[in-house]
Amino acid sequence: MIASASPPLVELNQVSLAYGEGRERTLALADATMTIAKGEFVAVVGPSGCGKSTLMKLVTGLIPPSSGEVRVRGERVTRPIKGVGMAFQNATLLPWRTTRDNVMLPLEVVEPHKRRLRAERAAYFDKAERLLASVGLGEFGDKYPWQLSGGMQQRSNVCRALIHEPEILMLDEPFGALDAFTREELWGIMQALWLERRFTTVLVTHDLREAVYLADTVYVMSRRPGRMVKIRKVELPRPRTLETTFQAEFVDIVHELRERIQMEHG
Amino acid sequence: MTARQERLARLAMPWLTLAVLLAAWELACVLLEVPEIVAPRPSRVFEVIVQRWDLLLRFCLETLWTTMIGFVLAIGFGLLLGLAIGASPFVYSGLYPLLIAFNAIPKVAIVPILMIWLGIGALPAIITAFVISFFPIVVNVATGLATIEPEMRDLMRSLGASNYEILTKVGIPRAMPYLFASLKVAATLAFVGSVLSETVGGNRGIGFLMLSASARNDSATTFAGLFAIAIMGVAVYAACALMERRMTRWAFRGELVR
Ligand SMILES: Nc1ncnc2c1ncn2[C@@H]1O[C@H](COP(=O)(O)OP(=O)(O)O)[C@@H](O)[C@H]1O
Ligand SMILES: [Mg+2]
Repeated sequence: MIASASPPLVELNQVSLAYGEGRERTLALADATMTIAKGEFVAVVGPSGCGKSTLMKLVTGLIPPSSGEVRVRGERVTRPIKGVGMAFQNATLLPWRTTRDNVMLPLEVVEPHKRRLRAERAAYFDKAERLLASVGLGEFGDKYPWQLSGGMQQRSNVCRALIHEPEILMLDEPFGALDAFTREELWGIMQALWLERRFTTVLVTHDLREAVYLADTVYVMSRRPGRMVKIRKVELPRPRTLETTFQAEFVDIVHELRERIQMEHG
Repeated sequence: MTARQERLARLAMPWLTLAVLLAAWELACVLLEVPEIVAPRPSRVFEVIVQRWDLLLRFCLETLWTTMIGFVLAIGFGLLLGLAIGASPFVYSGLYPLLIAFNAIPKVAIVPILMIWLGIGALPAIITAFVISFFPIVVNVATGLATIEPEMRDLMRSLGASNYEILTKVGIPRAMPYLFASLKVAATLAFVGSVLSETVGGNRGIGFLMLSASARNDSATTFAGLFAIAIMGVAVYAACALMERRMTRWAFRGELVR
């Protein structure tokens, strides 16, 4: 295979991270090792507080590891890396900006868009509109975030994470606060975006069905300090639909993951 | 009641309350035969206001402009200091304890010192108004900055934003409602400061007018001065509140955006 010959996009090698010092010191993540190929959709599941968000910050270079090393595109990560989009559980849309202006925020910060934004405002405006339309928010660009429902806010949040066409998308429980119907609707939207653009994605979630629906590979983490205790490839054909989630294969994988996580609680 | 009637009733409420209070005061003075030197009847105060309005207006304007200069200085200074304290942990730990200590000093104690340094006149009043009103501005602006969601900060940093960009795109807009909320408090405090300075020692302003009137046992004029200060305070408060609504509509969410 050619893919294995080229270096993976993201590599974590025996990465540990401790917060605080002295007696306050808590080990959040221990010996995490994982490799993520370009274009892969990875899901990370694990009990709450096991260091999933910490893992996100390590991969994006927001915090340096206490030991071990993180490599992206073969280079050791020492500061925030370029080409990243992030979305969190609470949408953190800026309430003084319209939805469209929120989505366009990364363009004001990330090069080369920052440089071009003023001259090519109209083109970028269209781009934001198209992205919003692709998640069903075509008419909501002028609305303020508080005028949107929770599901719509999260869709805008995902748009903001994608507008600057990042190579790596980090999703930290983005659908965690939504009701089941909205969540499942967003799975479909997320998958469609990914199938179209194939950005490398790391999705943190506590919903096993969500993980199996969306991911190529599911990593299961142990209780704190988090370690990778299981890696499960999901080879169900795409596009997956809600029908898929009732098929025996799908249910089996969910069960298998559930059992491994249950061991963590036992 | 229809919505319109309810709105009108709500607009009328403060005036009604005021009218009831004044009427009760008037009645109490008449029934209890309170001597005018202790507490003049409101009708007497209004009589004085009408009779001596040119005098009152002159002294009021003196107070108003010293207060406004002090207030504007407090906004500028308070905003800068608040931004510095909110944005930098070093400035925070260096300055915050000192600010609190300074704020604990009764401002009446510094007026005589200011007079020794600056003599009497407008300057001590301006400085007292400034000193007394800038603290809430600093605290509020700093709080607005310091409470940026950590996720928002992470998001901006992951995009490669500089601290300056985080400050201008997230921090400052976020601090604006805090700033405007503090202005309403600070504006009234500024009046307290300038009138304080005028009453402790001065030769100008409404505070001085009240002081000299009370020295002549002219309590009706003293009370007229009080009313004038209250009116100016409410006017400036209302101006700040209006500006707040204009500038930070988003902070009121659905409440005001229609
Ligand atoms: N900034 C921090 N300072 C100290 N401890 C932290 C910090 N962030 C997270 N932790 C601790 O590290 C552990 C892992 O946190 P986190 O990565 O947020 O877990 P998860 O996202 O899996 O719920 C938790 O026990 C948490 O209390
Ligand atoms: Mg988390």
